[in-house]
Amino acid sequence: MHDAGKVIPGIIAFVLFVTVPFWTNFGKAAPKPQPEIPKEYKKCVESKEFMRREHMKLLRKWRFDVVRNNMRIYINSEGKPINMSLQNECLRCHSSKKKFCDVCHDYVAAHPYCWNCHIPPEERKGWATKEVKSLTEEASSEQPASHH
Amino acid sequence: MVIDTRVCQKYAPCEDCIHACHHLHNVPQIPYKKHEVKWIWKDEFEHAFPDTAHEYANEVLHGREFLLLCNHCEHPPCVRVCPTQATFKREDGIVMMDMHRCIGCRFCMAACPYGSRSFNWRDPRPFIKNPNPRYPTRMKGVVEKCTFCTERLAEGKLPACAEACKHGAIVVGDLADPNSEINKILREHFTLRRKVHLGTGPSVFYII
Ligand code: SF4
Ligand code: SF4
Ligand code: SF4
Repeated sequence: MHDAGKVIPGIIAFVLFVTVPFWTNFGKAAPKPQPEIPKEYKKCVESKEFMRREHMKLLRKWRFDVVRNNMRIYINSEGKPINMSLQNECLRCHSSKKKFCDVCHDYVAAHPYCWNCHIPPEERKGWATKEVKSLTEEASSEQPASHH
Repeated sequence: MVIDTRVCQKYAPCEDCIHACHHLHNVPQIPYKKHEVKWIWKDEFEHAFPDTAHEYANEVLHGREFLLLCNHCEHPPCVRVCPTQATFKREDGIVMMDMHRCIGCRFCMAACPYGSRSFNWRDPRPFIKNPNPRYPTRMKGVVEKCTFCTERLAEGKLPACAEACKHGAIVVGDLADPNSEINKILREHFTLRRKVHLGTGPSVFYII
């Protein structure tokens, strides 16, 4: 080891460099997400704890029941019938996707694609912002999306 | 479903059914023909019934426009080819789509002999002028078609196109029930179905 004097500080500097994000965040926890709970409704479909942990599984089951089995009504653990619909039932109480869904999803970097099709309350007014004419021009100037 | 094409001709160019369906289901109006999305549309006799049309056909057929939509086939080829079971046939005969599962392979479009299916080449949302907030849209990369208004049938309502027609040109009913209104109409009128020789068993009938 002729160059130990250079190699070892080099290794130390390298290790310090790649762990920079760790040191800069050391001791600082990101604030806990605070989704906005609707005030005028006291109860969700199931208990808060259940919804927090299982809402994705519940929605998945709903989707299966509605689309595949033509069942539209969910009976919750209290025996109350509930219309199985994200867009028309969940969002009836949760009037903001930004202040509710996104808060936790962003925190854990989850990107569910519900909203590619389901319309969040914020977007009920629509998206047709551009003039049809400019869209036509844009569309026809493009290559067909695929030649595969 | 039975469509009385005489009534449609009488009230041409009425398109109430098309507007009702496309508004209700957030079907985008894309002006660029190659990217067009449609659930229900009109075409002329030669295109709707290419195997029946011939150059000496009755003159009235020339001017008449025919409403076209998914035939909810008895033996749907789209269902057979779909690798993900995104397209499936319900017990009641409706050929339904699970948009969550569609991977956009477009096998179904190749299999459907009626052109009933459209592919979303682009994000459809900028092309939906006045969205219905109670129904979802679709996203880029999936196939869509008429769902026979399963969401309305579940509430005991008629399909939107049938309800929208003020002139009663569209009648919907249970083919399996021999005493249903629709079977009575079929017994009493001369009807055509599209490309029956292919063996798909289309469930949309046209009174000529
Ligand atoms: S008309 Fe086409 S899309 Fe509809 S069920 Fe028949 S094959 Fe499938
Ligand atoms: S495009 Fe979608 S519905 Fe059609 S065959 Fe492929 S996965 Fe099935
Ligand atoms: S049955 Fe419903 S989805 Fe199908 S064309 Fe008529 S209105 Fe549209």
